[in-house]
Amino acid sequence: MIALLMRDLRLAVRAGGGFGLGLAFFLIVTVMVPFSVGPESDLLARIAPGVLWLGALLSCLLSLDRLLALDWEDGSLDLLATAPLPLEAVVSIKALAHWITTGLPLVLAAPVLGVLLNLPLAGFKWVVISLLLGTPALSVIGTFGAALTVGLKRGGLLLSLLVMPLYVPTLIFGAEAARRGAMGMAVETPLLMLAGISAGVIALMPFASAAVLRINLR
Amino acid sequence: MSIWEYANPRKFLQTSERVMPVLWVSSGLLMAVGLIWGFFFTPDDYRQGSTVKIIFLHVPAALMAINAWFMMLVASLIWVIRRHHVSALAAKAAAPVGIVMTLIALATGAIWGQPMWGTWWAWDPRLTSFLVLFLFYLGYIALWEAIEDPDTAADLTAILCLVGTVFAVLSRYAVNFWNQGLHQGASLSLDEKENVADAFSNPLYVCMVGFGLFFVAMVFYRTGTEIRARRIKALMARERQEA
Repeated sequence: MIALLMRDLRLAVRAGGGFGLGLAFFLIVTVMVPFSVGPESDLLARIAPGVLWLGALLSCLLSLDRLLALDWEDGSLDLLATAPLPLEAVVSIKALAHWITTGLPLVLAAPVLGVLLNLPLAGFKWVVISLLLGTPALSVIGTFGAALTVGLKRGGLLLSLLVMPLYVPTLIFGAEAARRGAMGMAVETPLLMLAGISAGVIALMPFASAAVLRINLR
Repeated sequence: MSIWEYANPRKFLQTSERVMPVLWVSSGLLMAVGLIWGFFFTPDDYRQGSTVKIIFLHVPAALMAINAWFMMLVASLIWVIRRHHVSALAAKAAAPVGIVMTLIALATGAIWGQPMWGTWWAWDPRLTSFLVLFLFYLGYIALWEAIEDPDTAADLTAILCLVGTVFAVLSRYAVNFWNQGLHQGASLSLDEKENVADAFSNPLYVCMVGFGLFFVAMVFYRTGTEIRARRIKALMARERQEA
């Protein structure tokens, strides 16, 4: 398992792996927002937590189609499926690798971009905490979407269409926690719900992803 | 005589074709009676005027939109567990009907909301969760369209339906938490004091039954079409092999 994780991480970091692309996309989206809604700092401060969450979600989505497609094309997915490691573990590791290479950098970059959006001082902590709790759920749910569309030639747009509705609860609770934190309100409820979603999704979603992958590998 | 006999396409077609005329006629009659009764023979509401009458379209459509997804869930489960092709095809056949019902509910709601709430759309929990349901239908139908192999498509969409159901329910509660509602509560529950007056509820029940039967007839009809389309495909493949 660790070998697989290291392999995925190495592949992602090396040339052509697309590491950092998600991060750059996050930056671009965040920079485009003031251009589209105007530079007033009050407005930006109000929408900053939501924009950061949406940006993180979109960057996550962008990198999903590479998650399994490359392994599918060169056949290593077939090898992994016949390996002694259960497929559930394989997809969990894949999701973990995706989170380390995409989700974690987003969490670390969010406070920097928060400065650009004039995020209130109280908000920084909560944006980071909510993203830290929420992005694993985004990766795991995204792995399910990637497994669903892995056999398709042009699955990218379909992948977004399938995954976006599944992201709704995570986005609602995550952005709500960040928003409340930024406005100095109590954050416990949405934060607990977000953590609950992440925990539940991490526990259950690999089974669905593996089942779907088995069908696609048939 | 077990229900699983209808897993046989031939048996299913035989029976559904015998039942369908009855369903079409009765659903048509009930919908006509319910709507005419509702539109022309109920009093205007003292506050909402005659706009209240859109309820006779709105509520049955919304009801069927949710029940169609529920039926797809059951059919998907049957397909996943017992692998009856008719069941998978019935789930496929129900999705477009369900999405149209969702659209009717959203559209009639907007048309009623404009004069009553002063807005076409509000991010109210009920409205929002219906929009999310619409997105789920879209994804489900798109996935069916995207995959060529019918059995793979049936398997994948079935799992998407199961996972989607969990997330749709989650979204329903998330959305509830996220915004306070403008939409009125349930108006036809058994235990509530403030129900719709009998003058409105009676034609509404007729409409609901009519819409329900219409949905069943549509699903039978469309499933039959799917079965035949698959037969044609098989026949053509056989012909090509022989030639």
